[in-house]
Amino acid sequence: MSDTRPRVALLVTCLVDLFRPSVGFAAVRLLEDAGCDVEVPAQSCCGQPAYNSGERHLAMKVARTMLDALEPFDYVVAPSGSCTGMVTRHYPTLFHGTPDEERACALARRTFELTRFLVEVRGVATTGSRFDASVTWHDSCSCLREAGTRQAPRTLLGAVEGTVIKEAGDREVCCGFGGTFAVKYPAISTAMAQDKAARLEETGADTVLSADLGCLLNIAGVLRRQGSPMKVRHVAEVLAGETAGPAIGEPDP
Amino acid sequence: MTLHRLTSERFREGADEALADAELQANLARLRGNFLARRARARDSLPEFDELVDEAVGIKNHVLEHLDTYLVAFEEAVEASGGTVHWARDDAEARRIVLNICRDAGASTVTKGKTMVSEEIGLNAWLEQAGIEAVETDLGEYIVQLAGETPSHIIAPAIHKNRRQISALFNHHHTNLEDRESDDLDGLLADARQMLRGRFLAADVGITGANFLVAETGQTVIVTNEGNGDLTQLLCGVHVVLAGIEKIVPTLEDASTLLRLLARSATGQDMTSYTTFSAGPRRGEDHDGPEAFHVVLVDNGRTGLLAGPNRDLLRCIRCGCCLNACPVYAKVGGHAYGSPYSGPVGAALTPSLAGLARTSHLPNASSLCGRCEEVCPMRIPLPGILRRLRDEEAQRGASPPVMRTGLQLWSVIAARPWLYHPLTSLTTRLLALMGRRRGHLPHLPFTGAWTRTRDLASPAGATFQSRWKAGERP
Repeated sequence: MSDTRPRVALLVTCLVDLFRPSVGFAAVRLLEDAGCDVEVPAQSCCGQPAYNSGERHLAMKVARTMLDALEPFDYVVAPSGSCTGMVTRHYPTLFHGTPDEERACALARRTFELTRFLVEVRGVATTGSRFDASVTWHDSCSCLREAGTRQAPRTLLGAVEGTVIKEAGDREVCCGFGGTFAVKYPAISTAMAQDKAARLEETGADTVLSADLGCLLNIAGVLRRQGSPMKVRHVAEVLAGETAGPAIGEPDP
Repeated sequence: MTLHRLTSERFREGADEALADAELQANLARLRGNFLARRARARDSLPEFDELVDEAVGIKNHVLEHLDTYLVAFEEAVEASGGTVHWARDDAEARRIVLNICRDAGASTVTKGKTMVSEEIGLNAWLEQAGIEAVETDLGEYIVQLAGETPSHIIAPAIHKNRRQISALFNHHHTNLEDRESDDLDGLLADARQMLRGRFLAADVGITGANFLVAETGQTVIVTNEGNGDLTQLLCGVHVVLAGIEKIVPTLEDASTLLRLLARSATGQDMTSYTTFSAGPRRGEDHDGPEAFHVVLVDNGRTGLLAGPNRDLLRCIRCGCCLNACPVYAKVGGHAYGSPYSGPVGAALTPSLAGLARTSHLPNASSLCGRCEEVCPMRIPLPGILRRLRDEEAQRGASPPVMRTGLQLWSVIAARPWLYHPLTSLTTRLLALMGRRRGHLPHLPFTGAWTRTRDLASPAGATFQSRWKAGERP
């Protein structure tokens, strides 16, 4: 691990902010343990829903507030491949040909998905947590194809005491979330999620983990509706050892 | 310019029908093993695959930069070898040209090798109207034609059918076969072969597509695994090649570079069983071949595509790889798209050729998972093109009003932190109360699209940011 303490902005992501704050606190702990000074500048959404729905001018307005909020930091880290990909891959495209293009490109270069940042930038080999369960990993499309996160979560989970990883089939296939796609074409989205849930359940694992809350809400939505015993959690909770609270979609006892 | 039998406005209904069809779902599940796994093996066993892709993309980009020059060179080379080139601005012109060639040949029957352009222009129906019988000779196309359907996949037209369904179809139609073979795979093949042999020999005109058009030699190139293309074009008097203008490659060397990618990406083969180069009609010393050789170069919206932002689509070599990789295609099948071109490339190409008015479902019905772009051997940025089509739809004010209003509202809130924080904090607390006991939200008026089929986890309580602001730390 390097000696200087970088200033890191947590890109909370709107889903974590609204649905599951525990992931945000887990991410802060993991980053602090990895020697970072973490700040949470006031923020909202990265603009992806508007960007993917053809509303570029709206997306740019939202994205510009993020650009302003996240700019003053050494790094920006998000507990999400999707929001990371929005900043790293799509902000440069969105701001292309505008006065903010260079700022957007610079921000893109400093922005990372959480597990990849811990392993590849901060050299973390273990988070020192314990989780007694067999887990299966859901690769989100954005982690695989936009954020460059494939091995990092497996490395970190492999070092969690008591955890066994059981790999699922069709790991590169989308779970059907796709942001607004999930509500624009719910029948197709649900059919995709049911296929994904079946592959995950075939592993016999107790818990499914992922880096993206959107996928997890979708997968949990199908598993809970089917009455499956499989639990659904964000990877940051397990890596930070914060698994006492209810899993996603479970009642608060 | 139109696409024949375009029914993309029915996408949602077509998708629902497909999702409810258990047999179709089982048939589509075969895509993964049959095509994608083989493609992955073929790719992994060719160390220079990525370099080959670079080279192929370079060739196609160069051609698109100089398409006019190469098309004229191709025309000259075809004519030098005794053939004729026809230029068709749109589907209607292409149909007229082919019909005139057939009439001049006094044709009553034509055989057809696989051609997607023929599907695009609705050639079969047009020929039937003029009293000319068109017989599809690719096994998949033959099955689809017997069933009165359209192809559901670019390279596997009958992928939506299983052996039982095909056997029932053959039992119904092959009543004139004296010895109906058994219903196993070999038996079905023998049946089709026996039916088609007579058709090949009786045909007056043979129509094929082209995978490539070689500018330097005037050759047209087709790849098949059944040899039906060769019989189609060799046993008749007149060979007609139907091809989109983007099929041009400069040299034979370039064609061979692209051929190395095509079969690997399509079926996972190193090469297809047959690769056929055709140059002009039969010459004096030839043992066989047609008396006349016509190439119909079809535009039908392609020059518009060339001039626009989605030009990358013209690099497509129709390998079908993106269909095999697409999780949406895997659930809804090809027919739901209501276009000759389905899957990711169809969702991008159909609106680009036919306009968005009737096709706006296609670019929207995608989770933008990016797997199509990842596997595309021509590096076509399909998700980017789908996004651009969504931009175009929104700019025309044509996106669904509810979705639009919702997004505008969200964006207005998200762009104003002073509004976002109190509003979200209030809402999540309220929703958390509603869902705490069960862990998920009850059915609410605005959550129906999600909660009809899935539980929606309830928010945990106050937002992360409000708790952070209040001084809470991990």
